[in-house]
Amino acid sequence: MGFQVFVPFIPWSWLLLLVALKCPEASSDLNESTNSTAQREPNVRFAAAGSEPDEKISVFALDYDYVQIPYEVTLWILLASLAKIGFHLYHRLPGLMPESCLLIIVGALVGAIIFGTDHKSPPVMDSSIYFLYLLPPIVLEGGYFMPTRPFFENIGSILWWAGLGALINAFGIGLSLYLICQIKAFGLSDVNLLQNLLFGSLISAVDPVAVLAVFEEARVNEPLYMMIFGEALLNDGISVVLYNILIAFTKMHKFEDIEPVDILAGCARFVIVGVGGVFFGVIFGFISAFITRFTQNISAIEPLIVFMFSYLSYLAAETLYLSGILAITACAVTMKKYVEENVSQTSYTTIKYFMKMLSSVSETLIFIFMGVSTVGKNHEWNWAFICFTLVFCQIWRAISVFALFYVSNQFRTFPFSIKDQCIIFYSGVRGAGSFSLAFLLPLSLFPRKKMFVTATLVVIYFTVFIQGITIGPLVRYLDVKKTNKKESINEELHIRLMDHLKAGIEDVCGHWSHYQVRDKFKKFDHRYLRKILIRKNQPKSSIVSLYKKLEMKQAIEMVETGILSTAAFSVPCQAQRIHRIKRLSPEDVESMRDILTRNMYQVRQRTLSYNKYNLKPQTSEKQAKEILIRRQNTLRESMRKGHSLPWGKPAGTKNIRYLSFPYGHPQPAGRDTRVAELTDNDSSDSELPSIMFKAHSRAGILQETQDIIPMKSLPRGGKPSHFGYQRNTSQEEHDGRGRREALRPKPLFHAVDEEFESGEESGEETSAVRSRWSGEHRPTRQHHRSHSPLLQRK
Amino acid sequence: MGAAHSASEEVRELVGKTGFSSDQIEQLHRRFKQLSGDQPTIRNLRKGSSGLADEINFEDFLTIMSYFRPIDTTMDEEQVQLCRKEKLRFLFHMYDSDSDGRITLEEYRNVVEELLSGNPHIEKESARSIADGAMMEAASVCVGQMEPDQVYEGITFDDFLKIWQGIDIETKMHVRFLNMETIALCH
Repeated sequence: MGFQVFVPFIPWSWLLLLVALKCPEASSDLNESTNSTAQREPNVRFAAAGSEPDEKISVFALDYDYVQIPYEVTLWILLASLAKIGFHLYHRLPGLMPESCLLIIVGALVGAIIFGTDHKSPPVMDSSIYFLYLLPPIVLEGGYFMPTRPFFENIGSILWWAGLGALINAFGIGLSLYLICQIKAFGLSDVNLLQNLLFGSLISAVDPVAVLAVFEEARVNEPLYMMIFGEALLNDGISVVLYNILIAFTKMHKFEDIEPVDILAGCARFVIVGVGGVFFGVIFGFISAFITRFTQNISAIEPLIVFMFSYLSYLAAETLYLSGILAITACAVTMKKYVEENVSQTSYTTIKYFMKMLSSVSETLIFIFMGVSTVGKNHEWNWAFICFTLVFCQIWRAISVFALFYVSNQFRTFPFSIKDQCIIFYSGVRGAGSFSLAFLLPLSLFPRKKMFVTATLVVIYFTVFIQGITIGPLVRYLDVKKTNKKESINEELHIRLMDHLKAGIEDVCGHWSHYQVRDKFKKFDHRYLRKILIRKNQPKSSIVSLYKKLEMKQAIEMVETGILSTAAFSVPCQAQRIHRIKRLSPEDVESMRDILTRNMYQVRQRTLSYNKYNLKPQTSEKQAKEILIRRQNTLRESMRKGHSLPWGKPAGTKNIRYLSFPYGHPQPAGRDTRVAELTDNDSSDSELPSIMFKAHSRAGILQETQDIIPMKSLPRGGKPSHFGYQRNTSQEEHDGRGRREALRPKPLFHAVDEEFESGEESGEETSAVRSRWSGEHRPTRQHHRSHSPLLQRK
Repeated sequence: MGAAHSASEEVRELVGKTGFSSDQIEQLHRRFKQLSGDQPTIRNLRKGSSGLADEINFEDFLTIMSYFRPIDTTMDEEQVQLCRKEKLRFLFHMYDSDSDGRITLEEYRNVVEELLSGNPHIEKESARSIADGAMMEAASVCVGQMEPDQVYEGITFDDFLKIWQGIDIETKMHVRFLNMETIALCH
């Protein structure tokens, strides 16, 4: 329904654009004719000198020239954003076609408007603007959001495929087109070999990120996803490097003077440019990670540091004619791990969103410019060239895919099936990269530039629309192997165990593989790098961080169901083994609640999948939704039962399950009077209010509240959560009964509990935000432990 | 390796039992000799824990290694499933130290503690609570909704299979036994 509201809105924006463009036409004529001095000094808006003597002060004047460029650029960006909103309103669209389609359409429309109104479009794109401002954000975003582990697992295949694939495509297409050009009938004989090669290199710049969104929708298996992703990442860099080398060649003497030495030099340069770029990137990455270690007091500049250093790596590499793209990618990849831990939560969010925003803006501008160029008079249509370009693009991509994967499959334990290879072949969608490179061809060296641009545009339109739209159905039709990702502790544990096991077995066999390398790198990382680069070095294990994340979610739900909102958490004490026995004043309670609400809903999520146009909704949003759902259920339940206790028996309360916990009901031997109070209360079974304000929210609280509920009348039926923790309403019954049972046997394990109680804080590891974590952790840990639905005593 | 004749017979036997090719067996044997110092068995240097063998001979060595062979994609579905089950059974036994057919909480905890033991900053308690959380998860996956009096003893092999259903063990539990020239480098 939002869509219909929106639809009348769009025509208004078009109208606005038209009006905006028409007015300046009139006014700029006016300005030019009346104010001759303005022509000579275009930026002299505020200059005092030079006005005509008989000019009066105008009450109302229009000066469009002054703001033309920023004004139009802003309008374009806004337009594209509005279009994206519309695009996503219809929720099935993003899975059907890549967003690039939409951007191209918008661009074409803008182009049509500009052409129609005969307006001179502002010179947004020229070589320096593109390479210095528009390209880096796109590449940075690609590098930053890269899922590192799968990438490095497949890195051999990725490098082989992306590197060689680009080269084979470039040279293949170039050479074939050259042969076509030799045929006199097509009127192309003035296009020499170098120009063809250059064209080949720029047309082979694939931009498959567009199809990644479609892949995600179809949930293809991870290696396939990584292949495409890796190709997207590296392809830009390689094409630009090749492009520059060939331009250098073109600028050199004539074609005949090029000797084999030059070609060798070209190859060597290719390698050096690539490796040098990566090297620069890594260095800058480390420097920026190191600096973020010290920024805890001025967290506002953290995003700035991240962005400036990445950009600096790009520029520094470009200074030395190294590949800035690879540099910025390497910088992002290196920096990410350490920066994530050092930087505050808000900075982290800022960095992510700002990066997306910048890259989105750049891409929009490029596409719009592409659209603007489409509708125009500077085209040169040559049937032969264009058709053959299309044909050769497909043929050479097919050749490179099948040949290269045939070879790399020999070395992979899990070869890519033919189906996978077909998908990879079909995802060769061109994008903004090729267009920009074509547009920036120097006219002096390329007299037939227009033809190249036209051909590039045709290829882009064809691949984006036809291939982009049909690849989704193709993936589903071919029934490509799907991925099975679910977030669970068990899975994480098992995978980790596997890693170690494999590394061990390989060690025993004397077999050296990437697990070993990874192991060694991790050790090096832990021993040296993390100490230097991370603030308050607290090494994290992924198991623990996943566990914490899941705990947090549970804790949030507990809070949400109202139980803990009235209970208080003790002031987070840092790694203290001694519990201070405190009485909490209401102010303390308030401040704790404050800390909680501020900090609880921000679980830092590792980006599990990559979607170029969207960040996965933050965990908090998902949680918020789930919480809302549960709350509604709660209220509904309470309405139905006639209970007005909001915290009474929430329909979705926790899953306290029966486990073979060997320790029993918490019976601390008196180290903590709070707890002692609790235990007294436990036996009495109904001291709800007094428990509420205990410092440690032991699960005793939960126990009590749930005992109040008439157990029998609770509805059964649970709502499976998305983690595999199954939360059922019937749980409360279990809990209640279990607890009653548990109350009786005063178990022999209290010593154990003390240990647990004291040990929590020391288990914290989140770097910058200890207090947050410890505050939240305590209740959930206790919660787990003290619900000793006991079963198997060991 | 005694006379050439009996050696090749042994090899053939082993090929039959474990499924390695004779080349791979040769290479593994060389490696075995390296590790054992030319003795017929490898001694277990880690003392103490019961349930671990004191020494293993070459055949045991091979048997263990055979669990890590990559699944041959040319096999049919049933065989693939069988292989998968074998690998998972091996893994199961790794967890189940007392071999009673169930992974109890204590055993699971041991595993988690060992996994996290390399990290000096993580306390045992954290490891325990992680293990507890994992058990809970396993319980919810395997048993679903539990009766109030129901006891969840531990993870049986079937439950284990269920947990692993989504995870691709084929991609993870394999070692390529092809290129082992690196053995020479390990001298």
